[in-house]
Amino acid sequence: MSAPAVLPTLQPASPLAVPITTLTYVTLEIGLAVFALVTGLTFYFIWRYKHRGADGEPPQIFGNARDEIIWMLMAAGILVVLFVLTWTTMNRIDPQAGQDGTPDLIVTGHQWFWEASYPRGTNPSGMGVVSTASEIHIPTGRKLLLEVGSADVIHDFWVPQLARKMDAIPGQGNRLWIQADKPGTYLGACSEFCGAQHAWMRFKVIAQTPQDFQAWLAKQAQQAAPPPPNQTDVEDGAGLFVRQGCGECHTLRGIGARGKVGPDLTHFASRGIIAGGVLDNTPENLRRWLKNPQAVKPGVRMPNYRLNDAQLRQLTAYLETLQ
Amino acid sequence: MTTAPVPVETASAPISRPRNLTRWLSTTDHKDIGMMYLALGALFFLIGGVEVLIMRLQLARPGNTLLEATTYNEFFTLHGTTMIFLAVMPMLLGFSNYLLPLQIGAKDMAFPRLNAFGFWLTAFGGIVLYLSLLEGPPDAGWFAYAPLSERPFSSSLGTDFWAAALLMMGMGTTLTALNIIITTVRYRAVGMGLWKMPLFSWMVFVNSFIIAFALPSLSAALIMLEVDRALGGRFFQGGGSPVLWQHYFWLFGHPEVYIMVLPAWGIISEVIPVFSRKPIFGYEFVAGSTVAIAVLSFAVYAHHMFAVGFARPVNLAFAASTMLIAIPTGIKVTNWVATLWKGSIRMTVPMMYAIAFIVQFTFGGITGVSFAVLPIDWQLTDSYYVVAHFHYVLMGGTLFALLSGLHFYFPKMTGRMLSEGFGKPAFWMITLGFNGVFLVQHALGMMGMPRRVYTYPDLPGWGALNMFSTVSAFVLGLGLVLTLINIVISWRMGRIAGDNPWQAWTLEWATTSPPPRGNFVRLPPIKSSRPLWDLAHPEDPDHQRPTRHDQQGKGHIRPEEKGHEQ
Ligand code: HEC
Ligand SMILES: [Cu+2]
Repeated sequence: MSAPAVLPTLQPASPLAVPITTLTYVTLEIGLAVFALVTGLTFYFIWRYKHRGADGEPPQIFGNARDEIIWMLMAAGILVVLFVLTWTTMNRIDPQAGQDGTPDLIVTGHQWFWEASYPRGTNPSGMGVVSTASEIHIPTGRKLLLEVGSADVIHDFWVPQLARKMDAIPGQGNRLWIQADKPGTYLGACSEFCGAQHAWMRFKVIAQTPQDFQAWLAKQAQQAAPPPPNQTDVEDGAGLFVRQGCGECHTLRGIGARGKVGPDLTHFASRGIIAGGVLDNTPENLRRWLKNPQAVKPGVRMPNYRLNDAQLRQLTAYLETLQ
Repeated sequence: MTTAPVPVETASAPISRPRNLTRWLSTTDHKDIGMMYLALGALFFLIGGVEVLIMRLQLARPGNTLLEATTYNEFFTLHGTTMIFLAVMPMLLGFSNYLLPLQIGAKDMAFPRLNAFGFWLTAFGGIVLYLSLLEGPPDAGWFAYAPLSERPFSSSLGTDFWAAALLMMGMGTTLTALNIIITTVRYRAVGMGLWKMPLFSWMVFVNSFIIAFALPSLSAALIMLEVDRALGGRFFQGGGSPVLWQHYFWLFGHPEVYIMVLPAWGIISEVIPVFSRKPIFGYEFVAGSTVAIAVLSFAVYAHHMFAVGFARPVNLAFAASTMLIAIPTGIKVTNWVATLWKGSIRMTVPMMYAIAFIVQFTFGGITGVSFAVLPIDWQLTDSYYVVAHFHYVLMGGTLFALLSGLHFYFPKMTGRMLSEGFGKPAFWMITLGFNGVFLVQHALGMMGMPRRVYTYPDLPGWGALNMFSTVSAFVLGLGLVLTLINIVISWRMGRIAGDNPWQAWTLEWATTSPPPRGNFVRLPPIKSSRPLWDLAHPEDPDHQRPTRHDQQGKGHIRPEEKGHEQ
């Protein structure tokens, strides 16, 4: 996959973000012109009218009402243009029509990760069960309706290349459209201060062709595979997961874990990042995380279990099978 | 009088005053209180500055571990609260207190003891805020969004200390504002009509109305927050509305931005004419636009909330009002620039800060308009672009105006000139440092960096720009330290200033430096907004010129001014 965009707000990848970039350039140009005029005149006057030892006071000019009114009208003219552009652009990137239908995707902010669930999964058994974290898959080429909510405090859903940003407010499901033209990975971040680990509430939107997306969704809808035989570590890990009470907070379909505090782990190993991007998902990093999540992401809502090396090995082995 | 406004040596040495502690604790003199506000502001500016330097060190590299997440959050909460309520506001109130009675020819404020009370409330508010260090400082940010600021998510007492401190400071500020309003209405010297007041006084006067109407909204919100936190209320949590907090907060918070900038405009409107040797261009427009801004400032607040999911008409209404307020603001800028036109410009240190103010404030104003262009706000709000924007307004704007005012009024306040030998290098360090810190932050915002993050991933360019910002912050810091040294040294052995070292035209320059108790021995006649000009130019006094209301051509216009008469 291609490298992430360096200037995502100016490198839109969506018909819903392109107009924002265009408007940004227009505003930037107008703004720079005004700025150049003001500073240009300021420095020109300073140079032109600098005191060079002449006696006496300069002409005492008190003002000119006509000039003032002309300036005001000029400013008003520029602002009217900007306002009209604002309005038309809003209609293009945030159309209100159709926003009250069933959302394609529900995104929920948690301290401190994003959960995505798919209420309209095409795989009948996938309806309402697919839930993933920090990596949000979407099909390309289609405008998707997103509902953004929060499980605790206010967060803000921001993927600069694909859509406007939207606050995630507890008790208030905000709607927005999102669309990606091309398959790829688009970086996102929580953009409203939400507590200790606001910095690591990052996420990725992974856009796939509709076929790939359907395949992904079907796979996600399945339950976790039972531990393969003859791999004692994996089996012990599954047992440990249940005994330690990880299911209090995590859902893991297949072994009856239904917690809602942390990310759904049913297909944990299919994801590339851990805990809002604080680590890449590799076996060593997973081990680090399980050894002491508080050391990796201080303040995180997952306790330190003080697991011993054997337990760490077993849990890691088990979680790594959850493709 | 035709000489250049270089400082002139006069015989009058600064008047010495008793220097004991009880005097400062018990004083009700507006000049003493003004100085105490300035000292309080400077002290907390230092504290808030050290906080931010440590934060910048943490951000210098991606994944840095100097500060823990929570510590960083406490730092920026304290930094924001300190800079706004304990540094900038007190410094502005300091100038207001010191200068307003002098400029309008009054002996003191209307209620001197109330004035002292207001100061001490603010000072104790500051102490209460920092007492929170004992219990765990607040860490929900200076605008403490609910429900993050509610008990379940911020369980330490820090937020309660924070709320108590803001209530105290808010009350102190409100009392001072009422005092200023009454002083202005009732205690102007004979002859000084409202439309003859110096512009600084004008803006401080108008500003006091904003304070009086905006702060109650904050106080109400803080009390509701405490009901939630202490008594389990449900204003902003449970069945209540988290967005309601934002309405209350920004109904205060946006006017607050203007509260922090109006007196700064006032200072600039004094400095630029004096060093251009011309009256302000369009006095009525500069003064009148201030009133327009005061009213509009209450009608734009929800532009801080464009991402909460308002209906289209609400968004559009606040976008429109926000664009509208750019017009009276722009009028001010054009009038300052027009004041330079055909002047005889003296690049003194206060003037250098004033020019930097114009440039930087204009820049911050323009990025502000870009937020009124709603789709841009929908990208960039709560990113580093916002951090850059409001620092251009509040630091590049207000702080530069304060520094301009410091260099301009220091001779009046102490009787001695600040050294230019220190002043000029400090200016360049501060200006280059400031722009270095914040210019690149616009880019960081556009690169996707959210604000209020204690660290960030190593994405292309992020580390380098942040490092640049951090290094610049230290250059800025050094410039400020140099300014402090300048103050200390010049206060002891600066050149004696005399009454009117800049040959300015308003009343505060008609008395000794520093002014005696009671301010004036004798007031000059006041027939225009520049009584000292009239005194020095009996052949060409302002009030004999045709005014906008008198187009009959009475009075005289000099030949070189033909074509610019009103
Ligand atoms: C008290 C609730 C809680 C318990 C109990 C808990 N976790 Fe977690 N866990 C969380 C939360 C919350 C997160 C997400 C943290 C974040 O990103 O800020 C998390 C994240 C994780 C992740 C990373 C998931 C991802 O996709 O980023 C793994 C793996 C994990 N937990 C495994 C475990 C295991 C194994 C146990 C049992 C030993 C366990 N958790 C017990 C709350 C809990
Ligand atoms: Cu968040």
